[in-house]
Amino acid sequence: MPEQQPPAPPPLALDGVSKSFGSVRALRGLSLELRAGEIHALVGENGAGKSTLVKTIAGVHRPDSGQILVDGETTAFQAPADAQRAGIAVIHQEPTLFPDLSVAENIFVGRQPRTRLRTIDRALMRRRTAEAFARLGVETDPDRPARGLSIADQQLVEIAKALTRRARVLVMDEPTAALSGVEAERLFRVARSLRDSGTALLFISHRFDEVFALCDRITVVRDGAFVSCDPTPELDVDTVVRRMVGREVSSLYPKEEAQVGETVLEVEGLTRRGVFTDVSFSVRAGEIVALAGLVGAGRSEVVRAAFGVDRHDTGTVRVLGRELPNGRPRAAMAAGAALVPEDRRLQGLVMESSIERNSTATRRGPLSRLGLLRPRAERDAAREWGERLQLKYGDTTDPVSTLSGGNQQKVVLAKWLSTRPRLLFIDEPTRGIDVGTKAEVHRLLSRLAGEGLAIVMVSSELPEVLAMADRVLVMHEGRITAELDRDAATEETVMYAATGQQPRSAA
Amino acid sequence: MVPDHTRTPAGTVSRLRSALSLREAPVLGALLVTLVCAAMFVDNFATERNTGFLLLSVAAIALMALPMTLIVITGEIDLSVASTLALSSATMGVLWEAGVPIETALWICLAVGLAVGALNGVLVTLCGLPSLAVTIGTMALYRGLAYVLLGDRAVASYPQTWVSGVRDTVPGVPGLPWTVLAIALLAVLFAVLLHASVLGRSLYDIGNNAEAARFAGVRVRWTKFWLFAASGLVSAGAGVLWTLQYGTSRADTAFGLELQVVAAVLLGGVSIFGGVGTVVGVMAGVLLLGSLRNALQLLGISSDVLQVVTGLILIASVVAPSAAARLRARRKAPGPRPAPDPDDRNRPVAAPSGEES
Ligand SMILES: Nc1ncnc2c1ncn2[C@@H]1O[C@H](COP(=O)(O)OP(=O)(O)OP(=O)(O)O)[C@@H](O)[C@H]1O
Ligand SMILES: [Mg+2]
Repeated sequence: MPEQQPPAPPPLALDGVSKSFGSVRALRGLSLELRAGEIHALVGENGAGKSTLVKTIAGVHRPDSGQILVDGETTAFQAPADAQRAGIAVIHQEPTLFPDLSVAENIFVGRQPRTRLRTIDRALMRRRTAEAFARLGVETDPDRPARGLSIADQQLVEIAKALTRRARVLVMDEPTAALSGVEAERLFRVARSLRDSGTALLFISHRFDEVFALCDRITVVRDGAFVSCDPTPELDVDTVVRRMVGREVSSLYPKEEAQVGETVLEVEGLTRRGVFTDVSFSVRAGEIVALAGLVGAGRSEVVRAAFGVDRHDTGTVRVLGRELPNGRPRAAMAAGAALVPEDRRLQGLVMESSIERNSTATRRGPLSRLGLLRPRAERDAAREWGERLQLKYGDTTDPVSTLSGGNQQKVVLAKWLSTRPRLLFIDEPTRGIDVGTKAEVHRLLSRLAGEGLAIVMVSSELPEVLAMADRVLVMHEGRITAELDRDAATEETVMYAATGQQPRSAA
Repeated sequence: MVPDHTRTPAGTVSRLRSALSLREAPVLGALLVTLVCAAMFVDNFATERNTGFLLLSVAAIALMALPMTLIVITGEIDLSVASTLALSSATMGVLWEAGVPIETALWICLAVGLAVGALNGVLVTLCGLPSLAVTIGTMALYRGLAYVLLGDRAVASYPQTWVSGVRDTVPGVPGLPWTVLAIALLAVLFAVLLHASVLGRSLYDIGNNAEAARFAGVRVRWTKFWLFAASGLVSAGAGVLWTLQYGTSRADTAFGLELQVVAAVLLGGVSIFGGVGTVVGVMAGVLLLGSLRNALQLLGISSDVLQVVTGLILIASVVAPSAAARLRARRKAPGPRPAPDPDDRNRPVAAPSGEES
């Protein structure tokens, strides 16, 4: 294997690759070179073509023109299997696990190790899964079915799947979008050790702190075209953002002071056995309360139970003084609540359905007349919100599945923000959303809070939590372990509470 | 390499195109071809008398296909419809023998249908059992109940006014029985419900992604329960119609008819995996099956062959959409890898279109 010798051809290179979907030109003559022993970052706005590039490398899409070179040789991948054979492992932006297979089976799907009798070697499969999980610090049971895993856990399984391939080229499309700092840091440690052993890595993320901490070179793309590629030390965040967006953007948007009003949400003693225990908190109008914690701490589960898509065993949820019935999302909606779920593909969107149908799915009643839908009203509503959230789309009748990941997230936001809720549960609001729009979403949330909306935000992105939240509730293993006021909440205090250590300062 | 497809003018054209989506085009085309060919080459096909006969012969199937369409769109199925029809017919027979006037018996039959449909609904939604298994079970159960009521007897003493009344044509429109007109109006009602109402839209969401529908406040189980109840009710109505139409009640009546209903629904472009389908397509499917059978009968072809033809059509209707999708994908993307078939539900959780193997 060629190691670091300058004349050795790069293990993977793209040369002038173009790809169109109908009239959408997702890639325009893009070139990229991944070197052995290097972590290469790819950054760009939502819809810039990053995932399309990844899918081209993975053999999912075939380029319309241009070439893929493996070790300097032109290759044409006919199918993902070809790319895998060439030593390329890919973590796609959206996890694609088989729900009925176990976690270990998912990791080895299509390449199960065999015993001497040619039967599947389950013991070996389980052992290698456990090894990969140990490296990543994952505590998921390899024998549990993939169904019901949180989006972060699904992402971790995909990462483990790619790691066990022992590839020469590892491509990661927003692997950390749903991970909190601790899990992401573990992933980075693994990535660095892979780099040091000569693997070529491609890393995509909308979080610049990660990109700058991890990567050796940064390639910027805009509208499917190459903009620049420089070693990381020669760049700073502002420069990269300017090249990505073409203008100046503030990356974080601190919440404005809002008039805090009446109590909107009261959660008391909420328990779901084995998931979370005795969770109590309240949120007032104009407040943003963040639930922070590690993956698996039970944050999303609390939010889902409060909204009623999951049932809880004991405890009460009151919205504006009225108790919500257990397990009835419709009642919660009627009481003025909304929930932006964490998993857009499974919980947030009907992928086969159009942009306009998805973004109006929560208020078909109000948009209809005498029980009959008015397509015109639906389209106008979808357009209005598309504009507000800078949605990049062709036509509102296109299926949401044709949108890029970040743009799909925007449709989920539109779907729920457009209901004009009094209480908003929002789970990973900016998962996969680019800087420019992230600031826009933060501004929007801040303004809505100013108008009296009560917001419960679950976020794995600590800077987002610290910038946006009036109060931070930190969860650890299903319990609230700390409640920190805006002033008391720092990276340190939150991390202490999230990892279960004694908080040194309580609010 | 590949020329950029020029963008179709957004709006009307694409909307029109999606309204007449490729899924319904084949069945509408096949119906047209069948009707034209039969009219030209089959004696007595395009007569007033035969038209009335043909329409009446598919009336019960058309009726049961309406709720079946909605059920299949939500990803479920009801195989007990023909047995419910028979149970309703047997109920009618017993009541009529006991001296209950038909006006009263009719309502009791409908109530029985609603009840057995609701039982299907409870088993599927509350017990969370797969509807395929549930309705195979209740298919046997309801047929058995019909036998309990009537045994091997037949009740055929229905008053002539009722029996011929069903066959009366709409004044001024020879060849159109009023019952068929009523069913057509019901079909319009179902079409509006499915395609233009809030409820209808949620049926597609349930079929495509029940989880997301639930997160958006759709009462998935509640909706499915009422669909099964409605199916029972409508099937019982079909039972009343069937009884009067043929002037007889037997426990083994309409045996196996559920397959023709399902065949018509699938032929009409409804996806067996849920989430896709239109009422127009299904009604065309019903007519296509009916007129093919009718034409073959007029040609003196034996009923065994009819059975084979129905089977072949059913298979074709299931294969055609996925084959078409494969072809389309191949034409779009040069390359051997077909895009994932929209009907291919044996796929990973939310596999993005065109991702992974
Ligand atoms: N299968 C498809 N059909 C039609 N258009 C598509 C398809 N896949 C991607 N696109 C379009 O190609 C463009 C690039 O999408 P891509 O997913 O590569 O963006 P991205 O850079 O990964 O964005 P994000 O940061 O939001 O994940 C978008 O405009 C998207 O709508
Ligand atoms: Mg992407």
